[in-house]
Amino acid sequence: MKNYQSWGRFPKIDSNKQDVYHVYPDSFSFPEFDEASSDNTSFLPYAQGRSYGDVCQNEEGILLDTQHLDHFIQYDKEKGTLRCEAGVTFENILQLIVPHGWFLPVTPGTKYISVGGAIANDVHGKNHHKAGTFGRYVLQFELLRSNGDRLLCSPTENSDLFNATIGGLGLTGLINWAEFSLKKIPGHQIEQETIRFNNLKEFYQLSDQSDKDWEYTVAWIDCLAKGDELGRGLFMRGNHCNSAKKLKFKTSKLSVPFDAPGFLLNKYTVSAFNKLYFKRPVKQFQKVDYNPFFYPLDAISHWNRLYGKKGFMQYQCVVPTEHREIAMQEMLMLISENGQASFLSVLKEFGNITSPGLLSFPRPGITLALDFPNRGQKTLDLLNSLDVITLKYNGAVYPAKDARMSPESFAHYYPNWKDFEPFIDPHFSSDFQRRVKPAPESKIQKK
Amino acid sequence: MSNILILGATSAIAKHTTRLFAADEHNLYLVARNKNKLSSMKQDMLVRGAKEVNYESIDLADEKQHEELIKRATEVMGSIDTVLIAYGTLGKQKKSEKNYANTLKELQINCLSVISILTIIANQFEQQGSGSIAVISSPSGDRGRQSNYIYGTAKGALTIFLQGLRNRLAKSKVHVLTIKPGFVDTPMTKDFKKGLLWVSPEVISKGIYKAINKKREVAYLPFFWRYIMLIIKAIPEKIFKHLSL
Repeated sequence: MKNYQSWGRFPKIDSNKQDVYHVYPDSFSFPEFDEASSDNTSFLPYAQGRSYGDVCQNEEGILLDTQHLDHFIQYDKEKGTLRCEAGVTFENILQLIVPHGWFLPVTPGTKYISVGGAIANDVHGKNHHKAGTFGRYVLQFELLRSNGDRLLCSPTENSDLFNATIGGLGLTGLINWAEFSLKKIPGHQIEQETIRFNNLKEFYQLSDQSDKDWEYTVAWIDCLAKGDELGRGLFMRGNHCNSAKKLKFKTSKLSVPFDAPGFLLNKYTVSAFNKLYFKRPVKQFQKVDYNPFFYPLDAISHWNRLYGKKGFMQYQCVVPTEHREIAMQEMLMLISENGQASFLSVLKEFGNITSPGLLSFPRPGITLALDFPNRGQKTLDLLNSLDVITLKYNGAVYPAKDARMSPESFAHYYPNWKDFEPFIDPHFSSDFQRRVKPAPESKIQKK
Repeated sequence: MSNILILGATSAIAKHTTRLFAADEHNLYLVARNKNKLSSMKQDMLVRGAKEVNYESIDLADEKQHEELIKRATEVMGSIDTVLIAYGTLGKQKKSEKNYANTLKELQINCLSVISILTIIANQFEQQGSGSIAVISSPSGDRGRQSNYIYGTAKGALTIFLQGLRNRLAKSKVHVLTIKPGFVDTPMTKDFKKGLLWVSPEVISKGIYKAINKKREVAYLPFFWRYIMLIIKAIPEKIFKHLSL
């Protein structure tokens, strides 16, 4: 059933040829490596496959499927801490903790991700300006290295490896379990306000005003709007609130059963959608369940099939605050003129709370997330042009959503790589790593 | 709150069903072979709300241990209210065709050993005048097919045994549930090509949980297997024998 593709389904892998090991609690061990013959078998943990590009792929090596690492281990309902195996999903966790008045400290836009993946990609969410990344809430985890070592990592124990593993793209070893702190909430609802803005300037005003009093902020933008309307969109902000009425869990009902034709999302359909979506009557204040607020797309399973068989590419970058006006303007102009439409374009201001993660993506500034149906070279060219702007303004691109950045761009975006490299497990690798860091010589360290 | 005994607890279907029981704050007694898996399962069930969780690791194919096992589970929990029997092997049809010893082994695990446990449990429940017995059988027991009739024989016999047991225990108010899951994507079926009819063990577990609570007699899971099997059973033998099913 599992096909071991990434969520963007680009680059495509041949799942019949993909070697997979299943990891079971407390019983997994790596094979004996023949170090003398420079055995370069490489492993990479794989859980939900919700990374968009190739950070979750290891076509030349073996994937460690963590779906059976799905046990909770310890839950302190008073203090709000949870210890669980790495394959447990955010969905599993929410079902357990929300009835007790707890929530995830940080969550991305889907709950179908694993705890291991959340750490490896140091995920962020709509509360980055207030809370930082998920990695900040990790108290400790156990890391299984290919030499058989089981290392307890925390800010005080093996702290270097702890920092390298947070945002470490699964390259430092296999996380067996992790413990992290939860966030107290008054109820399972969100008080949400939606405000229409007509251009980027209005967005910055709204965003700056909202940072203090609103826990969650994010904006959808119409990336095809031009001229005075460049960067228009809908600003959404929300806070957890007390809810009198108990809403029942609604499980996802809709599904995209097969690949849509690749031309479905073109500039005309997206432009029409964007116009309607922008002009739709918005209820300014609304109390909603946390599911539609945080996870609107989770209501449609396999929504990635809307992009057709060839898949799609995401592009998420961050640009420092001092360049936000000019950089966003250049990017949005480039996109609206290019005519390749991004269906879901999201704008959000990151805060200055730093993560322990050595390779973490979020940094103070503005982040723009885009997705484009894969139209081959045309799409790659557009993303390369976006990279030129990101580089010019000293920004960075998010590996979890990338399938194409160049080694040169990566080196600029992640100068910490040199400090990170020594912590990579000699028998762990990924397609992403091989793509952005062509090995200078044999990457296998002798014992 | 009730006391639930789960045999073959670490199987994918049983694990997910047990999680649903745990959330209802029941007492659990888990039995399977693998100690590591049982111990992580115990922690998991406690976090999910189970009142108390005990486990032991034995090989359920060994009938000599059954009496003692049921005794221990009864003592530890005080009594047993519900039993879920979920262990079994899919076996190798081709191997059994050539080798009777192998066939016997399959029948032993999937049918005879289960009947051994059921005999003890049935008498205990009959005496206490209550209880729920849920057993995972299979639609493959509905009609013999060349691709897996050894497994089918075991499950078919088990289904008949459960029918009789249900009939016998009805007057003692003991509930007997025969569960017939279709294609389930679990470690047991990892070598199969998966198509549209395949479902996850979570889906099956929800069905089992519901069927036990609603005291159903026979549960095809998902429901459409009842109709698929109706059609398969309706094909005349003259035609059926030529089909490669």
